[in-house]
Amino acid sequence: MTISGRITAASRSYWLERDLHPGAWWLWALGLAAAASRTTNPVLLLMLLGVACTVVFARRGNAPWAAAFRLYLWLALAIVVLRVAFRLVFGGGEGETILISAPGIPLPSWAAGVSLFGPVSAEALLGGLYDGLRLATMVVCIGAANALANPKRMLKAMPGALYETGTVVVVAMSVFPQLAESVLRVRAARRLRGDAGSGLRALRAVVVPVLEDALERSLRLAAAMDSRGYGRSGEASAAGRRLTGVLTIGGLVGVCVGIYATLDGSSPRYLAGPLLAVAVAVAVTGFVLSGRRVRCTRYRPDRWRTAELVAAGSGLTTLVLMWASTSDPLAMNPPVSVLAWPSVPMLPAIAVLIGALPAVLTPHPAIEAGVPAPVEPAPTSRAAESPQAVG
Amino acid sequence: MINLDRVTVTYPDAARPTLRDVDLTIAEGELVLVSGRTGVGKSTLLGLLNGLVPHFTGGHLQGTVRIDGIDTRHRAPRELAHLVGVVGQDPLAGFVTDIVEDELAYGMEQLGTPPDTMRTRVEETLDLLGIAGLRRRPLQSLSGGQQQRVAIGSVLTAHPRVLVLDEPTSALDPTAAEEVLAAVTRLVHDLGVTVVMAEHRMERVVQYADGMLLLPGDGRVLHGTPAELLVTAVSVPPVVRLGRLAGWTPLPLSVRDARRLAAPLRARLADAPAPYRGLPPHGAPVLVAERITVRYGRVVAVREVSLRLHAGQVTALMGRNGSGKSSLLWAVQGSGARAAGTVEVAGVDPHDVPGRQARRLVGLVPQTAADLLYLETVRAECEAADRESGARPGETRALLERIATGIDPDQHPRDLSEGQRLALALAVQLAAAPRVLLLDEPTRGLDYEAKAAFGAVLHELTARGHSVVLATHDVELVAEVADRVVVMAEGEVVADGPVAHVLGGSTAFAPQVSRVLGAGGWLTVGDVERALSAVAT
Repeated sequence: MTISGRITAASRSYWLERDLHPGAWWLWALGLAAAASRTTNPVLLLMLLGVACTVVFARRGNAPWAAAFRLYLWLALAIVVLRVAFRLVFGGGEGETILISAPGIPLPSWAAGVSLFGPVSAEALLGGLYDGLRLATMVVCIGAANALANPKRMLKAMPGALYETGTVVVVAMSVFPQLAESVLRVRAARRLRGDAGSGLRALRAVVVPVLEDALERSLRLAAAMDSRGYGRSGEASAAGRRLTGVLTIGGLVGVCVGIYATLDGSSPRYLAGPLLAVAVAVAVTGFVLSGRRVRCTRYRPDRWRTAELVAAGSGLTTLVLMWASTSDPLAMNPPVSVLAWPSVPMLPAIAVLIGALPAVLTPHPAIEAGVPAPVEPAPTSRAAESPQAVG
Repeated sequence: MINLDRVTVTYPDAARPTLRDVDLTIAEGELVLVSGRTGVGKSTLLGLLNGLVPHFTGGHLQGTVRIDGIDTRHRAPRELAHLVGVVGQDPLAGFVTDIVEDELAYGMEQLGTPPDTMRTRVEETLDLLGIAGLRRRPLQSLSGGQQQRVAIGSVLTAHPRVLVLDEPTSALDPTAAEEVLAAVTRLVHDLGVTVVMAEHRMERVVQYADGMLLLPGDGRVLHGTPAELLVTAVSVPPVVRLGRLAGWTPLPLSVRDARRLAAPLRARLADAPAPYRGLPPHGAPVLVAERITVRYGRVVAVREVSLRLHAGQVTALMGRNGSGKSSLLWAVQGSGARAAGTVEVAGVDPHDVPGRQARRLVGLVPQTAADLLYLETVRAECEAADRESGARPGETRALLERIATGIDPDQHPRDLSEGQRLALALAVQLAAAPRVLLLDEPTRGLDYEAKAAFGAVLHELTARGHSVVLATHDVELVAEVADRVVVMAEGEVVADGPVAHVLGGSTAFAPQVSRVLGAGGWLTVGDVERALSAVAT
């Protein structure tokens, strides 16, 4: 095969429709979110929001979790509105441009420091807006990760050590809707007995059957899992379990402190880089040690290929460039005391735009082929059978 | 393949062993039916086969259980997962993942099967059970028959030598049950899997079984071919009862066998008076429902159904899973969703009055009867029912005693048998003396005797002027107790008429006796028996 032929073949296989490894999308999204945490410049934040939305709309599949992205957008809007509203309610008089001079409500002395209403300045509102926008952008980035990657596949991609935790989470996620259904069913049955009572007795009349039901169900599930070989491999010694436990949990705590120190510029520097590195090493050792016990195999694991590198790399590049451009603090965190249109620094703007690359440089998600339209019009046979399941 | 040697199982606090001195051997590739009344130890026997008894349930095991030569005494169920696949009664309760494909792979992941092998086995199993089209579907969205087939597939991918099924078709409509049984027999024929299956509705399974384990209730287990054991067994399907009545040998197990022997009986019955199975005489309807519509979002579950119910009649509501039977019952009772339509009982719409008053007009026993019960003892439950319905004290207890005698009032309702719990729920709802009683799948998990007792209760209720509606898949029960049958499909009524007319003319819903004797309106063994004695005299 000629070299150009090889390149064509490689590019064909690169663009073949498939779902990317969920970890790639999460790295990308976390990179954008962390980048957003470094700035309050509204232009940069709006650009980040735009980038996240562009990628989601370009590369999300048709699965139910992808449709949930809308909810994150609403949540983000609510955050911004709330932040600004707080400034209105709890007073925002610091600043010179007073927009509303409402009378304050005097509060007793024990609530000193908190004021209710009072004059509102444009600077305070602007501060609230910038702050809210930053948090909203971070929320939308996380939402983007959820829309692009199946959250349950993310659990499957966890290292072996977290396998059992992953199983527990999946089981819990399927138990909650069942519990809700059980509550609705029992409440419907209470109405059948004509018992519309309220208070403690009525609560008990619902809680007792629901708990009994849940207990019976979990016993049946436990028996089924046991019969199917769950927990078949991996009996570790008590000392070994303790060692891996300490390593894993200690490492994770260290990682949390390290990330906090890294993101918070005012923490001592030795808590940032060095601690983070040590903690990651400790946690990885713990995972590897406990992962060795697990001898389960994975069905159709997600693979990490070039496209994953592109997606994760673009998010991380955004973060690193954003990080590097702290030379101009006024542009990154424009002061609200001066009511002026914030300037847009060059390097961070380019950094943000790099985050949009996955929208064009990654393959499209796989469309589910061979799934015929459901034969029954009902969403679930159960739902149609029992009215209370739907409510 | 399966070998039990002097096995005795005793649960703590039990007066006597559940299984006593059981010796049996099941050869490879057999399909064995486990039969017996509720509470005689069928589940214990099934649980022994993969070590759930005693490892998971507790209890004391004497003797040895060997599966493929491996003693289960020192192996936990998970250590036998590659050898024995177990599917429980409610498939949804045993699902660990949420997508069909992942569920099929779960067991193999636990066993550490190499990824390539997993991939091929999942594909093979999808085809074997006819569920390839469902591979990406969420498990919750499947119908009952599909769920049951996925549950079977999920244990099959581990390539077990033994498959244990506990009541695999009890919740399914006749067609879905056929699908599941066809898949099971294919496994036995093509793969040589040994199948041990417990099933109350023997009429569905017995013709496929090579062997049978009969638990008479005293701790023994009788092992033989179905033909041998059913000669003397107490619980038998209608076709066997018909065979006994007509004195056929060998005893037919399937409708096909019986039909070949039936010519003389048909000739004798030709002169007999045909059974009257028309509607009993009735006056004005006690319940009039007009153009009932129920919708959930954009799904129309019940579409403009009108229904008139008369005093003294039992109406059976049939139709496949998801055809809107339950939705109709709940809407008629008044506490369920109703998008349009009116219901009138004694001049009142039960939807417009408080629950306390509505249940005096229309009572409903839901699919899970246990939902109605929430107290610690039967006695407390009965007293609460008296208070709630304004009946005189002791009324519910008296009703319960009439429906099912000898229930210990200090027992916890959850510890009752299925039949007893249904009786308690019935008594609780009857305490309010509703004119119309609606029952949603009441006979799920009931054995033949309990069903017969339940039929007697229905008879008494109609004699006292109640009108009863029964949503059910159980064709044989309908043939025994119902006067009128309403068949629903896609939220609409597709057939409505006297039981002989609707069941006799149906391919899916015809009872066994009618299939054997052909046209002529014979539905139950009782009909034939009465006709024969009339001819003899």
